[in-house]
Amino acid sequence: MKPPPFTYHAPRDLPAALRTLAEVGGKVLAGGQSLIPMLNMRLAAPGHVVDINRVAGLDGIEVSRAGVTVGALARHADVERAGAHPLLTWALKLVAHPAIRNRGTVVGSLVHADPAAELPAVLAVLGGHVRVARWDCGRVTFREIPAAEFFVGPMESAVGPGELAVSAFFPALEEGSGAAFHEVSRRHGDYALAGACAVVGVAGARVACIGVGGGPVVIDVGGDLSSAAARVRDAVDPDDDIHASAAYRRHLVGVLAERALRDAAREGAAARGA
Amino acid sequence: MEHEITLVVNGTARRARVPARRLLSDCLRHDLGLTGTHVGCEHGVCGCCTVLLDGRPVRSCLTFAVTVDGAEITTVEGLADRDGRMSAVQRAFAECHGLQCGFCTPGFLCTVTALLKENPAPTDDEVVEGIAGNLCRCTGYQNIVKAVHRAAELLAEEA
Ligand SMILES: Cc1cc2nc3c(=O)[nH]c(=O)nc-3n(C[C@H](O)[C@H](O)[C@H](O)COP(=O)(O)OP(=O)(O)OC[C@H]3O[C@@H](n4cnc5c(N)ncnc54)[C@H](O)[C@@H]3O)c2cc1C
Ligand code: FES
Ligand code: FES
Repeated sequence: MKPPPFTYHAPRDLPAALRTLAEVGGKVLAGGQSLIPMLNMRLAAPGHVVDINRVAGLDGIEVSRAGVTVGALARHADVERAGAHPLLTWALKLVAHPAIRNRGTVVGSLVHADPAAELPAVLAVLGGHVRVARWDCGRVTFREIPAAEFFVGPMESAVGPGELAVSAFFPALEEGSGAAFHEVSRRHGDYALAGACAVVGVAGARVACIGVGGGPVVIDVGGDLSSAAARVRDAVDPDDDIHASAAYRRHLVGVLAERALRDAAREGAAARGA
Repeated sequence: MEHEITLVVNGTARRARVPARRLLSDCLRHDLGLTGTHVGCEHGVCGCCTVLLDGRPVRSCLTFAVTVDGAEITTVEGLADRDGRMSAVQRAFAECHGLQCGFCTPGFLCTVTALLKENPAPTDDEVVEGIAGNLCRCTGYQNIVKAVHRAAELLAEEA
């Protein structure tokens, strides 16, 4: 249970980090709460590790009317404490345990793209994006990847080799809308068997489901909440594993989606004073 | 390649030469001889290896020593006063029988020390949430929960 040897890089600024990534490839180390278990279990053996923990200027949490921008070194615990976005704060309380949230990063969780992780679903249901940087012909270039294109498959995001995700943007809830996140896990703090987060506004309702597909499964429910559970069950494609059968997960995610939609709708109505 | 690092452990600057892959848990135990920090699962699940990094509980088995070069670490060895008197949290665990074999205890003590600093009078639910990331195979947790409340009392009395 010890990590395999690797060459270690600890760049101090973004250009240096990107140059290193361009030269050596290698794995980015952020909070290490997913990468180090994989190294300890020898599920990964990168030749080079690029530790971004000393890169200046990546730990910001910026709040504007449009939404929240979370830098690559903002830890789960700091974003939770900032309380800048109700759905993001709710989801963060469901991520692992406090000690893991003190190190793990929001952006790292998005890039890691575990199909059962909560934060990818939040980014997806809100229609946010991830800002990615690379070293290109002697300078830093950026691109923005919308959530709908970011989660490519299980444990696979659209961040390419040599690229660093520098921040993620979570759009604010529209006025008069509400949000909720419900999940079921075997033990508190574990990855969920299944879960669903919902945003319900005047214009319609959306739900994103976790643990039931290759990434977050987003379903536009429109105005009709009564048939939502059935539509969610049709849209998902869960697997069997030692924790639960596919049939149970399919049933469960319908129940959770309905519950999340109902709570989000109630909150939205309260916000509108209805 | 080895890296020269300095960690401020329990108030004392300690130097070590470590390969980049050295886990903080192993650095504390093997390089610095502080075997109070226990290692159970080495993948973040059991909480035995929890130490305080700049005051916050973290998994030392999921942290590379090189990453935290220069940081302040508190281990179970650093919880007692300078004159060797056990901390309120340690005394409460002893008084309430919050341990049996003691393997999980260093992790619980570090976790609870930070928990009570942030929330000096937690409810039952907050205690359970606060220790949810630490596994104990012996006690059944009831006496650990009691110990956390008792520690909160002791801290309030001694403040
Ligand atoms: C016991 C335990 C329980 C957990 N439970 C949950 C849970 O319930 N829900 C949940 O969502 N998560 C859970 N996690 C995972 C945790 O949330 C991680 O912190 C998160 O998945 C990854 O963030 P990190 O900063 O630690 O990334 P790291 O471990 O440092 O990196 C993870 C991956 O992303 C890449 N990466 C990270 N940051 C960047 C970046 N900025 N640019 C490019 N690539 C990057 C790395 O190269 C690596 O491949 C759990 C972890 C543990 C140990
Ligand atoms: S040894 Fe670190 S959490 Fe189990
Ligand atoms: S006292 Fe034995 S594991 Fe907790």
